[in-house]
Amino acid sequence: MIAVLLILIPLLTGLAAFFFRNEKAARSWALFSSVLTLAVSILGLTVLKQAKYLSHQCEWMQGLGSSFSVGLDGMGQILCLLTAVSYPIIFLSTWHSNYKKANNFFALMLLAQAGLMGVFLAMDALLFYFFWELALIPVYFLCSQWGGERRIQVTFKFFIYTFVGSVLMLIGILFVYTHTADHSFAIGSFYKANLPLGSQHWLFWLFFVAFAIKMPIFPLHTWQPDAYEQSPTATTMVLSGIMVKMGVLGLLRWLLPVLPIASYSYGDTVSRLAIIGMIYASIIAIRQDDIKRLIAYSSIAHIGLMCLTIFSENKIGFQGVMVQMFNHGVNIIGLWIMVELIERQFGTRKMSELGGLAQKAPAMVIFFVIISLANIALPLTNAFVGEFLMFTGVFTSTVTKYNILFTVLAGLCIILAAVYTLNMIRKIFFGEANTLTATATDLRLNEKIALGAIVALIIWMGVYPKPMLDLTNEISDSILKITDVQHLLKK
Amino acid sequence: MNNVLHLAYLVPLFPLLGFLINGLGRKSMSKSLIGIVGSGAILASFIVSVWIFMQVKGGNTFTAEYFNFISADKLTIPFAFKIDQLSSLFLLIITGVGFLIHVYSTSYMHEEKREHFGRYFAYLNLFVFSMLLLVMGGNYVIMFIGWEGVGLCSYLLIGFWFKKPEYNKAANKAFIMNRIGDLAFLIAVFWLIWKTGSVSYDTILPAVKEGTSGLNNTDILVITLLLFVGATGKSAQIPLYTWLPDAMAGPTPVSALIHAATMVTAGIYMIVRSNVLYSLSPVTLNVIAIVGLATALLAATIALKQNDIKKVLAYSTVSQLGYMFLALGTGSYIAAVFHVMTHAFFKALLFLGSGSVIHAMGGEQDIRKMGGLAKYMKITNITFLIGCLAIAGIPGLSGFFSKDEILAGAFMKSPILYGIGLFTALLTAFYMFRLYATTFKGSFRGTHEQEHHLHESPAAITFPLIVLAILSIVGGYVGVPEFIMHGAHSLNDFLAPVIVSVDHGAAHAAGHLSHSEEWMLTGISTALIVIVVVFAWTRFSKKPDTAEPTGFGKILANKWYVDEFYDAAVVRPLNKLGDFLDNMLEKPVIDGLVNGVGKLVNYSSRQLRLLQSGQVGSYVLLMVISMLLIFALQFFLRK
Amino acid sequence: MPINYYIILSIALFCIGIVGVLTRRNAIIIFMCIELMLNAVNLLLVAFSKMHHLAGKAVLETAGTDGQLFVFFIMVVAAAEVSVGLAIIVMMYRNIHSVDVNFLNRLKH
Repeated sequence: MIAVLLILIPLLTGLAAFFFRNEKAARSWALFSSVLTLAVSILGLTVLKQAKYLSHQCEWMQGLGSSFSVGLDGMGQILCLLTAVSYPIIFLSTWHSNYKKANNFFALMLLAQAGLMGVFLAMDALLFYFFWELALIPVYFLCSQWGGERRIQVTFKFFIYTFVGSVLMLIGILFVYTHTADHSFAIGSFYKANLPLGSQHWLFWLFFVAFAIKMPIFPLHTWQPDAYEQSPTATTMVLSGIMVKMGVLGLLRWLLPVLPIASYSYGDTVSRLAIIGMIYASIIAIRQDDIKRLIAYSSIAHIGLMCLTIFSENKIGFQGVMVQMFNHGVNIIGLWIMVELIERQFGTRKMSELGGLAQKAPAMVIFFVIISLANIALPLTNAFVGEFLMFTGVFTSTVTKYNILFTVLAGLCIILAAVYTLNMIRKIFFGEANTLTATATDLRLNEKIALGAIVALIIWMGVYPKPMLDLTNEISDSILKITDVQHLLKK
Repeated sequence: MNNVLHLAYLVPLFPLLGFLINGLGRKSMSKSLIGIVGSGAILASFIVSVWIFMQVKGGNTFTAEYFNFISADKLTIPFAFKIDQLSSLFLLIITGVGFLIHVYSTSYMHEEKREHFGRYFAYLNLFVFSMLLLVMGGNYVIMFIGWEGVGLCSYLLIGFWFKKPEYNKAANKAFIMNRIGDLAFLIAVFWLIWKTGSVSYDTILPAVKEGTSGLNNTDILVITLLLFVGATGKSAQIPLYTWLPDAMAGPTPVSALIHAATMVTAGIYMIVRSNVLYSLSPVTLNVIAIVGLATALLAATIALKQNDIKKVLAYSTVSQLGYMFLALGTGSYIAAVFHVMTHAFFKALLFLGSGSVIHAMGGEQDIRKMGGLAKYMKITNITFLIGCLAIAGIPGLSGFFSKDEILAGAFMKSPILYGIGLFTALLTAFYMFRLYATTFKGSFRGTHEQEHHLHESPAAITFPLIVLAILSIVGGYVGVPEFIMHGAHSLNDFLAPVIVSVDHGAAHAAGHLSHSEEWMLTGISTALIVIVVVFAWTRFSKKPDTAEPTGFGKILANKWYVDEFYDAAVVRPLNKLGDFLDNMLEKPVIDGLVNGVGKLVNYSSRQLRLLQSGQVGSYVLLMVISMLLIFALQFFLRK
Repeated sequence: MPINYYIILSIALFCIGIVGVLTRRNAIIIFMCIELMLNAVNLLLVAFSKMHHLAGKAVLETAGTDGQLFVFFIMVVAAAEVSVGLAIIVMMYRNIHSVDVNFLNRLKH
């Protein structure tokens, strides 16, 4: 019931939002809908957490062996919570942004939420693919209608890029489907699919490329900085905060357990790509002047670490990745809120043109510094817990013999992250105010609430991460059990 | 749970509350209220610390676990505080010196605007909170929380006057250099988790002592080296020391508290805490001794030619920290802790004294423009002199005892170490009295207006100076060496339970030197130091060193060009690489490939388009031909 | 009468139609050729329906009527096509004063 509601609420309210004529009403409607979704999601975490509430199955395309099967496991809970938490924050923080045809904007945002929820909930491969595309389409329109000046070109590239990945994945899904024992798209049948060893290898790349484009992993990342830069900020938040998690979830739920042997044998290759990407993106981030691009590259580095950890294939790492997916989403949305504030006030995102904001906007600088520190994983912020576990996972990995080297190289990004993040703070906020920033105003109430919520989450998850870690316990075990290569090879 | 030391959480709780109150109420509270909250929080912590210290002295040590911070897979990291001899001693130093510096700050920072005043005290309280977490933490992860936390506070306080770009750069530099060390620290922690599955001292250290930890010699070597690299970041040793002198951009009380008395000693605390591990790794100990000594010497030479009063003290701090590492490297852990303690007293005193001077001079920090201040500022003069005497190692003051113990330990290990150590001590005496004489003796060299404003500082400033001066004198008597008075080294007895007693060789300092040898060493060093002190005092009182340095002096004045070297070797190549990757690889190659695929499709479709002539007849012809072909294929290829 | 005659006749008609469409440029003649092709198909359908309905009877009672039904459909479609097609040709003549299809190459743009 919970699972279905999580998809239905945004879907129906989103469709309804198309018919609003008043901008304010559409905005309030969207906020109301997102809060409702959040309430349902929290309900699923607290009161109604018995299995019978969390999953649902009914007929969909029975002839094909595909059913409408949705369910919330620990990872799904976390990601749905992330989606549910993010949306009210996004709507609140962009309360004063003006959009032409606002009803369409909010309707598409909500439809994207429905798609995202579906991806996180789907327990059927065809349904997963269905939602995967469903989430993409509203985002395409959001970027191409409300984006920056290069939006058409950039959105087109983004769409084609991710669509190529999706199609490859579809081929993979269909191939696996033909090898399932009961000709079914159900996730259980996929896990048990009897795949010839030779085909696992090319199947791996079909799936991996699809997920890697979404995450994105070097060298498939070039759509991302452009897309983040050109999208309206609310959409960028969805893209970077939630949508990239589709790829991570894909790796954990649809790639590793379905193709364990290929994942094992290509683990080192993928890890190397991830590490190259991390360092590469971090170094490029140091030289960026545009805040949006800087954050985009920083995000590539962070996601690279998740990918690296996933292919270390151990429980502590999996738990770290799942927790970090939530934390990364919250943190990066916080950063985008700041970017939006700055851009709306000064009409520029160039750090070289800013400076001295700390005098004029003390509340802003406090929030920004806290969120930035979370971004560089300072202890007692949420990201530390995730990154600590992830690094531990990489370091104690038994599937690679380069674990120490990988950790050290990936660890360099901790230092580089401090370099670019602190430079960003310094250039935007410190120093003397210039003519542009002299007229700055501080945060308004809606922004304070949104940022306050984010900071509260940062501190809570940083000091007492136990509730979230408990959620990840069971699912990590079950993924690991299916993925256990030593066991499989013996068989 | 039943142990009274469970209440130890009160110690960090008070500064945390102080941080929250001052941070949130900085705009609405009056300055005096902010000062009272800030200082009161630390005073409360200090009182609890004294109580804890008494408990520990009575033999009650305890590890208090509050909740599970992280538990994933088989790894459990409790949020635990370990209260034993070592941590209780550090608690006293941190909260005691911290309290004095808070009191000092209420006057020193009084000209700041109210919200900045509140911000300052909030940061300062947060720093004390982090530092307390660092020393109280019951495992390496809690220690790491404090470890990064103090780095953060240091960053915030160095950049406290955020309008000055160079201050912010110094703040960034401090944080980033610390992060380099932190990475090594983290990797050591991962290594421990990998091999032992735990991070708690109570699990790892006793097991290591008994040889049941699962760590082999290589593991211990790597872990200790990595932890030491972490310590070089935090405690400003070669190669990561350059941030500390730049950190003087922060307000002077901050320099006293963070960059002299407490934070920078975190590395020493950590190594003493892990002394079980270090004692099993002689190679690491040698590395530590050499790095420590090299840092001590290098920093002392740089200090000779600095003219900024705070820079001299900063390099002196780096040098003294090097001394402490020398002690660690020679296995005299207690001597290192002893020196941490005495150094906290006299270096805080010196920094606060310099703050008093800067305050009186209206912000001037260049000693070439001072001189003759003794007659204007009596209390500052006397207390500063006591500090200088203590750091130089004049017998009877605290610095003498701790320094002597370190040198004796070094002599045990190797006379060369002792020789260089003694030479560094002489340099220390020289530059400290160059500083003292140039500042307080001779005639005033500043502007007339400055002279007019010269005055002794208010009581909130002089009170901490007096207390610290007394501590700088008597602080050494907890560690009177064995050869002077039998059984008077109470610090030794107190800390003995936390220090592993290793029998093999040089690791053990005391007891192997005969008393006559010790008397001789002490005699030589004291005599030389006194000569140097007298020489420097007389020389710089008469003729201050105001000329621009040339030749070798210029190299020293420019700090051996190490900053320039780092800039050329790391910073600029990294920036160049960033530009290269962005402009030469990212855009043209990787993105170019992606766009290239798009362009290829575009191009080929443009070529194929030419087939579409628009002549309906040709389309039909094509259709007919194709159909015939399909028929033919069907027909001939059927079987 | 063997069915082969019908088949050969309709193939001949169909080929005449194709060749006509391909070689002639006058729209009306092309149109007539298309009709020719349609009728060739019609002829074939009727022929098959007449000749083979007995074989189909064994399977289905109404067998044999399907082919003739199709013919009606085709005739209806052809009639509709004539009305639309001739209208187009008339419009074309009004616009370019010619019924030569080679002038109609705007599709490539």
